[in-house]
Amino acid sequence: MRTVSEQIITRSEVLPIRTQIDLVHVRQRVRTWLSEERFTLIDQTKIVTAASELARNALEHGGGGEMEMSLLAVGARKGIRLKFSDHGPGIADISKAMKDGYTTAGGMGLGLSGSRRLMSEFEIQSSPESGTVVTVTRWK
Amino acid sequence: MVKLLKMMRENQERLLTDWLNGLKAIAQRRDLISDVEVREQARKILTLISNPPPDTVLEDFSSEGWQTVRDQLMAISISRVAHGSSPSETAQFLFSLKPPMFKLIREQLTTTPDELFREIDVTNNFIDAMALHIAESYIESRDKVIARQQEEMLELSTPVVTLWDGILALPVIGTLDSTRAQMVMESLLQAIVQTNSRFAILDITGVPTVDTLVAQHLLKTITAARLMGAECILSGIRPQIAQTIVHLGINLNDIVTRSKLADAFRLALDRSGRTVTQKPGNHTPVTAPAAGVS
Amino acid sequence: MERIPILRIGTLLLVTIQVDLYDDLALRLQDDLSNRIAELEATGVLIDISGLEIVDSFIGRTLANIAAIARVLDAETVVVGMQPAVAITLVELGMSLPGIRTALNVDLGMEYLRQAATGENGVGTDHYAE
Repeated sequence: MRTVSEQIITRSEVLPIRTQIDLVHVRQRVRTWLSEERFTLIDQTKIVTAASELARNALEHGGGGEMEMSLLAVGARKGIRLKFSDHGPGIADISKAMKDGYTTAGGMGLGLSGSRRLMSEFEIQSSPESGTVVTVTRWK
Repeated sequence: MVKLLKMMRENQERLLTDWLNGLKAIAQRRDLISDVEVREQARKILTLISNPPPDTVLEDFSSEGWQTVRDQLMAISISRVAHGSSPSETAQFLFSLKPPMFKLIREQLTTTPDELFREIDVTNNFIDAMALHIAESYIESRDKVIARQQEEMLELSTPVVTLWDGILALPVIGTLDSTRAQMVMESLLQAIVQTNSRFAILDITGVPTVDTLVAQHLLKTITAARLMGAECILSGIRPQIAQTIVHLGINLNDIVTRSKLADAFRLALDRSGRTVTQKPGNHTPVTAPAAGVS
Repeated sequence: MERIPILRIGTLLLVTIQVDLYDDLALRLQDDLSNRIAELEATGVLIDISGLEIVDSFIGRTLANIAAIARVLDAETVVVGMQPAVAITLVELGMSLPGIRTALNVDLGMEYLRQAATGENGVGTDHYAE
């Protein structure tokens, strides 16, 4: 297991998720970072897509929130971590929400399960008091 | 110190000759690298050491002033890796500079035994530092070569070939692990775009086993190709693999499969509105000509 | 209000998406296309997405909806020019868009739509294999 102490955060930025235009902005910022850090085109596309899914979740189910994007380094290995937090009602049954096709908003229900497949690491915390926090990481 | 460098400058030709003679004596494999090249490398090193920037001392090899020497050692290590020399042979190249240096110091710096010992000590440490540096550079260069070869192997193992205008084939040979399967997927899809091919044949005759993971990768590739507007035909599924696929419960119902690459090719030709016909009166001989029989 | 332009070529409608598609813009395109198909009695819709850097589940769903609506209105839809990286990502995401016809480029897409209008077939790729 990779422990937190070994990781160094080399860059960090927080972006708001309040409107649909913010969503476009999130995609563009993530894309800019990834191309600056020379992630492959396929990795870039996967990560930006996951960011788009999770930002939309935060906007539609959580009533908006923010994304914290950090660039990680563990030795020579680089990665990107995206943390989405909202202040919505939380998710009642996380394991159910993680399944393909689960939806509350009339979508296809691929937001959580799909973005988990696109990233290397996936972590979710949710409670009615503090909303939902989804943290995803992808290593180069 | 300054005296030492001055002495090296004044006796550079002699040092070079002694050094090269010493190298010949310990019988390096001279088939690997030419005498001319070795001579040139030795001369460059000697010139760089005896003419360092001001305030550069032999006591500190890691200082800025010796950067040109370090760069030169790196260049030498790269050439040694390319020629196939071993790491110890590469380090030996520098160690061989010790005897001629010591001999020169003993002859020319005849002051006190203390000073003599100090100069020899400094020279010894400096040459050791250079040898360590070239050994590390050697390993670094070799790692780079290995990494490049691994990459080339991966690329070579996924050759996408054009069978006909608009029809591609990718014969997969060997075990498919996750990295290779990813590579197969990427090169096939890239080739589809580059060549504007509507048909792609994925031939797995050379794949020894198919497990769930490999089957999933193949399915993903085929689905991704379809999303781009190309049709994939899977060919070369051996009976054993067919059994495994059914046994694992993998659903290949939506996939067009053919047992042989030739059948897949014929299907692709057919789908693109082409037929292959035999010219009348030009039949292939039924038996092969008896070659080599007298 | 920002809109994606819809071009008419004979009985076909052509859409080229070149801007970053936000959700409302995608929904507006769906609305506009439905209206134009009915109004012009179009027989085919071609959507060129070669300029799209990503297709997430929302955009994917919108494309699927457009194809389904068009079918109800008696028009064929073909999506062309999806980039390899986008296709790989969509598959990984879990979306294979089974109801959508695809083609490699605008030329092949147009050829397919013309043939579909005259009852022939064979250019586009559909999912129902054999």
